[in-house]
Amino acid sequence: MSILSFSGRFDPARLFSFKGGIHPETCKFLSADCAIEDMPIPALIRVPLQQHIGVEAEPVVARGDLVLKGQLIGKARGPVSSNIHAPTSGQVIAVGHFIAPHPSGLPVPTITIRPDGEDRWGPRLPRLHPESATPEQIAAQVAEAGIVGMGGATFPSAVKLNLRAKYDLQTLVINAAECEPYLTCDDRLMRERAEEIADGAGIMAKALGVSEIIVAIEANKPQAIEAMQRHKIALGHIMRIKTVPAQYPMGSEKHLVKTLTGKETPARALTAELGVVVHNAATAHAVHLAVRYGEPSISRVVTVSGRAVARPANLRALIGTPVSDLIAHCGGLVEDPERLLLGGPMMGQPIQNPRVPIVKGTGGVLALSERETRERDVMPCIRCGLCVQVCPMGLTPFELNTRIEAGDLEGAAKVGLLDCINCGCCSFTCPSNRPLVQTIQYAKGKLAERDSRKHQQEQAKRLAEARTARHEAIAEAKRAAMARRKAEMDANKKREAEAEALVAGAVEAIKSKEAAK
Amino acid sequence: MTAPILVSGPHIHSRFNVSRTMMAVMVCLSPATGFGLLHFGWPAVFLFLVTIVAALLFEVLCLALAGKPILRFATDGSAILTGWIVALTLPPWAPWWVGVTAAGLAIVIGKHVFGGLGQNLFNPAMVARAMLLVALPVQMTVWVDPVLGGPGGLGFQQALAVTFGGDIGIDAVSSASVLSHVQSQLDAGQPMQAILAEIGNIHDQFFGYVPGSLGETSAFLLLLGGVGLILMRVITVVIPLSVLGSVAVLSGAAWGIAPDSFPPPQVHLASGSLMFCAFFIATDYVTSPVTGLGKMIYGIGIGALIFIIRSWGAFPEGVAFAVLLMNACTPLIDEYVRPRIFGRTRAGKPIELGGKP
Ligand code: SF4
Ligand code: SF4
Repeated sequence: MSILSFSGRFDPARLFSFKGGIHPETCKFLSADCAIEDMPIPALIRVPLQQHIGVEAEPVVARGDLVLKGQLIGKARGPVSSNIHAPTSGQVIAVGHFIAPHPSGLPVPTITIRPDGEDRWGPRLPRLHPESATPEQIAAQVAEAGIVGMGGATFPSAVKLNLRAKYDLQTLVINAAECEPYLTCDDRLMRERAEEIADGAGIMAKALGVSEIIVAIEANKPQAIEAMQRHKIALGHIMRIKTVPAQYPMGSEKHLVKTLTGKETPARALTAELGVVVHNAATAHAVHLAVRYGEPSISRVVTVSGRAVARPANLRALIGTPVSDLIAHCGGLVEDPERLLLGGPMMGQPIQNPRVPIVKGTGGVLALSERETRERDVMPCIRCGLCVQVCPMGLTPFELNTRIEAGDLEGAAKVGLLDCINCGCCSFTCPSNRPLVQTIQYAKGKLAERDSRKHQQEQAKRLAEARTARHEAIAEAKRAAMARRKAEMDANKKREAEAEALVAGAVEAIKSKEAAK
Repeated sequence: MTAPILVSGPHIHSRFNVSRTMMAVMVCLSPATGFGLLHFGWPAVFLFLVTIVAALLFEVLCLALAGKPILRFATDGSAILTGWIVALTLPPWAPWWVGVTAAGLAIVIGKHVFGGLGQNLFNPAMVARAMLLVALPVQMTVWVDPVLGGPGGLGFQQALAVTFGGDIGIDAVSSASVLSHVQSQLDAGQPMQAILAEIGNIHDQFFGYVPGSLGETSAFLLLLGGVGLILMRVITVVIPLSVLGSVAVLSGAAWGIAPDSFPPPQVHLASGSLMFCAFFIATDYVTSPVTGLGKMIYGIGIGALIFIIRSWGAFPEGVAFAVLLMNACTPLIDEYVRPRIFGRTRAGKPIELGGKP
């Protein structure tokens, strides 16, 4: 199909990438040429205890405590969790709940710190020499530093570094595609800190035990590509800098791996099955800081952009800085934004309240004006098939939508509901502006809920059955014991009777003998 | 669905929307339409306008009856486009009530009976055409010679009489369309060579200097518009190519085997109605399959049916019936021809490592 269709922007590289995908206007020019600035310390910092996939961290400070920069304030709980550190020195003024950086806007456990403005470091983590450190030591350091995937997935990085134990790995891919429109934080980081990213990549390769490193950058970032070309030695390995077509969602792990290696990751599996582990460029930078300097993950580069922002910029901000402070630092808003987002415009989270803080996975703060969102009335599906053409997972979104609206969740699951990666290509393209991803996400939530309910019911049923079985077993055992005892008693009686009879017989015999005498 | 939809990504949207798509199709139809109007003169203009206005009125009426938001839906351009396409398939000098009936059939029976935009199983314009062909065989096959209505042909007053007065000078309309002529002559036992000599220049046919429906005479201009649709990415090349390809292959084969009883493929390909079908009718989003392979099957089916109906059927045209028949197959095709899901085999199992996807 894609070969046949007469594409206006025919790009031979596309033949080797993946099927589907879209080419939205990137609008990266708004902030691509703004060098990374340091954002001043805000008046209040709010650090959520859950900034990662997995279990939320456990607070280890209390209200009134004085904390130093880099001090542990939230401790990882369980194997998939992450440490949280104080982004600057100051006083803990609350350990409670605050609005989540999430569309629900529900309160989540949060530690609020009033910075003292001195930014005093506490003791840092012990530095490691990656050249002589073992993979275990590196992974432990990354875990200690609380590093999570900074491309937005926020999966604890150390867990991914430990995949070596389970899979036969060959390749580390540094994901610097940055396919989301507007975002330029990774682009800037590569232009300005290429050497440090390379070093971080080398350290991660060592932890994974792989020797091949590929840095994948979309073709629309020539300066970043050039910068990485200049620093391609990573801990003694030569990294391959690969230019990939600018095509959303190139940054999706499986699609990136398909583009680089031509291999498709099986459904419901990790790219590690193919021997490839993917880490984000900003994560590599954080690993560099953690291993070489003992600095935990307490700040990140955030792109502040959108046409409603006066002065788009790339800011290095402390985790926990409120969105409103970032926007104010960028000259405030020039118009009422139609949408305020954390992350990119394709998969970012809309937020209601600008007081929510940024977290480790926040690559962007966007204030989009009305002419950028192009919100329109929802029309009926005209079956144009565009959503099918652009779906990178090979799904039929309009059909999923119809089935879900008809309440047929099982039917939707049968045609691939759970394979959807929420990339949004379908909704972006739909000429009828149908809320396809929204419906799909809703259905996934419903299905998960139903599954967990079913799981609970099954659990309860199993427990009940086990109880009955146990009771039955006991009763059975009792019955058996009784039967045994009865049998024994019977046998005893019989034996006694026999013995008596024997004795009687003997007596009789003696008697008769005597009588015979 | 009752639960509130959480606002989630994407927060930006492409420029494409329904009315833009409809507009693009109209732009691409313009050359052939303009040519038809110019050639068949004022009666064609009247019929064209009457049909479009009627389509719009029927649309508003149906929306009102269904209780749908009239302003939003009636301005999406789909009703105008349907009226437009219906008009192009009518005989250019047909009286006004034929246009109104056709528009009514298309909008009411073809579209709204099924639930409105996007819900119809059959192509509305083809529903109207097929019904009229059966119901009004005479009025639907009155072809005029293009010269008659051309510039310097019929005056405005006379034209009003033709469209609204039902006053067709019968001697003015003695023509037959090329394909019906071929068929009737074949039925009369004429050899192919003689018929071909009679119908004259294939170039005239291709560029549209022949009798025919209002907007279906110029295969060339329709092809031009069709290429425009593809370049604007409103349609993909799959359906037009498979329709035209299968007609060419089948008619070529038949002509190669029995040149005396089948017209050569270029007679088929130069017919405007085939071009119209390939680019503008068969590609209708609502009634065609959504995947590339499905579109190919669908297109080949239409092409084959057109050839069969034209060669052996009772109607010299056959486009309408071919399209309707394949429309009926679309749900089936969509059910069985699905794209392969990423990371899965066609059967839906996760792919095995080491094996080919
Ligand atoms: S893109 Fe929209 S209108 Fe087109 S088939 Fe998909 S859901 Fe329907
Ligand atoms: S959001 Fe899901 S259904 Fe839509 S294009 Fe992406 S993967 Fe396909």
